[in-house]
Amino acid sequence: MSKADGIYPDDLKYTREHEWLAVQGGVGTIGLTHYAQSELGDIVYVDMPAVGAPVVAGEDFGTVESVKAVSEIFAPASGEVLEINGALATSPETINKDPYGEGWLVKVKLADPKEVAGLMSASEYRKYIEEESN
Amino acid sequence: MGDAHRYVPASDQDRREMLESIGRASIDDLFVGIPAHLKIGTALGVPGPLSEVEVLAEIKARAQANRAPDPAFQFLGGGAYRHAVPALVDHLISRTEFYSSYTPYQPEISQGTLQAMFEFQTLICQLTGLEISNASMYDGASSLAEAILMVERQRPRGRVVISDRVHPEYRQVTRTYLGALGTEMVMFGHRADGTADPEAARRELAAKSASALVIQHPDFFGCLEDVETLAQVAHDAGAALVVAVAEPVALGLLKAPGAQGADVVAGEGQSFGVPVSYGGPYLGLLAARSTFLRSMPGRIVGEARDVDGRRGYVLTLSTREQHIRREKATSNICTNEGLAALTAAIFMATVGRSGLREMASQCYAKTAYARAAIGSVRGCRLPYPAPVFNEFVVELPAPAEEVVRRLNDNGILAGLPIGRYDPARSRQLLVTVTELNTRAAIDRLARELGSL
Amino acid sequence: MEPRSLKAAERLLFEISRPGRRGFALPALDVPPAEPPARHLRDDLEGFPELSEVDVVRHYTRLSRLNYAIDLGLYPLGSCTMKYNPKINEKTARLEGLADAHPHLPPAAAQGCLGLMHDLEQALAALCGMDRFTLQPAAGAQGELVGILMARAFHVDRGKARQVVLIPDSAHGTNPASAHIAGYRVEQVPSNEAGRVDLAALRERMTEEVAVLMLTNPNTLGVFESDIEEIARIVHAKGGLLYMDGANLNAFVGIARPGDMGVDVHHLNLHKTFSTPHGGGGPGAGPVGVRKDLVPYLPVPTVEKEGERYVLRHEAPKSIGRVRSFYGNFGMMVRAWTYILALGQEGLRRNAETAVLNANYIRHHLAGTYDLPYDAPSLHEVVFSDRRQQEAGVHTLDIAKRLMDYGFHPPTIYFPLIVKGALMIEPTESEPREELDLFIAAMRAIDEEARRDPALVRTAPHTTPVRRLDEVAAARQPVLRWTPVS
Repeated sequence: MSKADGIYPDDLKYTREHEWLAVQGGVGTIGLTHYAQSELGDIVYVDMPAVGAPVVAGEDFGTVESVKAVSEIFAPASGEVLEINGALATSPETINKDPYGEGWLVKVKLADPKEVAGLMSASEYRKYIEEESN
Repeated sequence: MGDAHRYVPASDQDRREMLESIGRASIDDLFVGIPAHLKIGTALGVPGPLSEVEVLAEIKARAQANRAPDPAFQFLGGGAYRHAVPALVDHLISRTEFYSSYTPYQPEISQGTLQAMFEFQTLICQLTGLEISNASMYDGASSLAEAILMVERQRPRGRVVISDRVHPEYRQVTRTYLGALGTEMVMFGHRADGTADPEAARRELAAKSASALVIQHPDFFGCLEDVETLAQVAHDAGAALVVAVAEPVALGLLKAPGAQGADVVAGEGQSFGVPVSYGGPYLGLLAARSTFLRSMPGRIVGEARDVDGRRGYVLTLSTREQHIRREKATSNICTNEGLAALTAAIFMATVGRSGLREMASQCYAKTAYARAAIGSVRGCRLPYPAPVFNEFVVELPAPAEEVVRRLNDNGILAGLPIGRYDPARSRQLLVTVTELNTRAAIDRLARELGSL
Repeated sequence: MEPRSLKAAERLLFEISRPGRRGFALPALDVPPAEPPARHLRDDLEGFPELSEVDVVRHYTRLSRLNYAIDLGLYPLGSCTMKYNPKINEKTARLEGLADAHPHLPPAAAQGCLGLMHDLEQALAALCGMDRFTLQPAAGAQGELVGILMARAFHVDRGKARQVVLIPDSAHGTNPASAHIAGYRVEQVPSNEAGRVDLAALRERMTEEVAVLMLTNPNTLGVFESDIEEIARIVHAKGGLLYMDGANLNAFVGIARPGDMGVDVHHLNLHKTFSTPHGGGGPGAGPVGVRKDLVPYLPVPTVEKEGERYVLRHEAPKSIGRVRSFYGNFGMMVRAWTYILALGQEGLRRNAETAVLNANYIRHHLAGTYDLPYDAPSLHEVVFSDRRQQEAGVHTLDIAKRLMDYGFHPPTIYFPLIVKGALMIEPTESEPREELDLFIAAMRAIDEEARRDPALVRTAPHTTPVRRLDEVAAARQPVLRWTPVS
């Protein structure tokens, strides 16, 4: 089974750095894709920004760690952090188990909703990771 | 030379057979990747090869070229200290399984090292009163530098405030490390009694924000610092208190810095059974409050369970380190001072709860005795009245280097001339007394100083 | 009553501790007792163990038996050079007059120590073709930092610090970490299909903003950078400096000299090429050699010979300063000097020849069984991958763990990063042919097991004191010290 067979919900947008973005009203929810958590392995720690901190599209705003690797988390869109998923402090493995649901990372007040158009759709993302794996 | 060397099993015949087995004509065949004109064709003037008998004789001659009196008549300290070391310490660290093994990256066959390091970390936490410790740094000076960088990483202010009573070499090393990253280091002064001045610290912290207030306890001149007050001053200004400890035996008798408000302790563990060995290898200690966990440099050992549920130990939180995080690592440290940490752990385990306190008590009492005796010698003055642990400053009637030279001719190493670090202190001598200095030796030192 | 087994779990010191036990006694106090003022006085060393000598000796002796060690067999860790640690080194390092020499001895009373340091420096300089060495760094990584700081001082002295350090993608993690601590930005240079530095890519990236190119030679694939002189020319043409990481010097010590290749700054590990023991993670020593132009920037103090006397020189206006207290890991210098005396130039050369022969012997006999990602000639180490075994669902980690059941320490795994599932094997010259044959047989057996019974390999090790540990849980809920049960 290739990585592209993993779940990539159609109603989300995706980045080349393997984050997903869900938009509702002016608020974006950001998380890591199935591919990302699978590549990282068992996640042991997530380093997140503070509420109120700014995030800039394309720039890293935190890190996620497994036992043997660290990865930066890049913002799909710019804005201000409204909420962080506090449960990840005690249960970082939620990202592995439920990357699109309980494993969400941050909620952001989007500065420019037009930025979202530049992200990949689920099918574009599936194609992208298919190419990446080869 | 066609003979096998005693360290290299492969004889000429072995080599021929192996070459044949892999289808190569000669050894040179294996080195074709190295351009011919780069290959060495001459003797380079390197000594050897010698038999073991000759090697031992050569090095013994060097050992004998060092001339120093019996340890009881040596009063040297200043960052390296002589203490009684139980015979079992060297015996145990001479076990090949400890000294010839590698860093415990494969935990299943390194539980000896890993468990010993877990115990070491625990002992350092108990000693310092702090929550986390790593499995060692290079030495006290570089440990202090890395501790300060750690605090700066957590709360980047680009500036730290440091007491002028911290060991000059520790300050020099810190300057080297901080200078590369453009972090400002500002010094604050001391009071008439010799202790770091909390008011001066407060002023420097108020002038511009700093991430850390740094002191040494006992300080370079032996004085006991007012750790609690300085912790308060630091915290009031939003800075962390970093305490350097060059003589950890002191912590057998003195309050734990962690219990007095210190946030980080960076120390030198040489006193715990590590030979003075002309300056190295030594042992850096680093302990801190748990909030610093993810910024802490160096290796850390943690408890783990195996597939059968057995308790074991592993190197953990490796994502702080260079082999994973590379340029974003908390430090570049790789090899640390593993065997020295083991030495210290065995020392602490043997000396134990009552033994360390007794050792520290003897140091304190003998130093008090020496200080009183030398302070009353005509022409000698004690510039710093604050209580001291195992070393103190005496101002002599003549240049300290000269006094040391004269007394050395009489078989006594009187102390460390502080003028080596600060020309303004050319008549000041740092005298160090430990449990190894006898009353008779101390009396003789006082007598010799009196006869100057 | 359950019989004791050799693999019984050893309790912690604190669990063995019993109130009132003592392991130590001092002579009675021969001066009046005295105590610090109450505000400084500690109540107690809470939690510190109370043990007899017997308890301590048994505890640590039993712990030692849980470790693998070089004196038990092959330790094929790539780039670590786990060679035999001669016992005479341990004797000389402990000699009275050396081990008990206080660093603050007046230099006139420490001529033996200073002379040894001076002569060691000269021998290393001669072997490596450099003008001087600093012996101050406590380990390889600290040596790297010193090297980069000296390079920086060199550039600042000539007008500009520059911003960038170039590092090959195959480099050891300490390289970029050290560059970063020295205040530089790191840029990567890719390797070509032969596993060596891509010259075209280097030419492109070598600008006047680049202070240093940090090169390991042979590189972490065990391949000699045969274009090194051209590499040096490219770097020097833009005013940069060539730094060589000498971790792999055991591949050609006594055969060629980095100084002749255009290297400006050269770091060494005494605990690799020069046999000082690894100690379970140190102490080591990382001397750094420099070309004449960089001598002014060496850390202070340096050891100088003035007439017939050796002195410590503390004054050097352009020095980068100190990176540690005192003079360096003198105890390791004694061991390295002892080793050089025992071997001489010819002995060191023969070490390199045998180390390379041993690595090639392994390479030849395992090439049919394990995938060789680069077919460039190997010097002292060879890198395989798990590509073939992966088809059965067995990975590098599993192969490493199963090797322990065969009585070997595994090779370095997952490094260098440019090879997926890397197995980096460096036997060193200390291994007799029989040991290599046993290792080859074990690796072949594991490959066979991977096809016949992959689960056996995937759940290895089976015979070690503990089996695979849950490192994920250990990282998620760190327990980093013993705490008393309340």
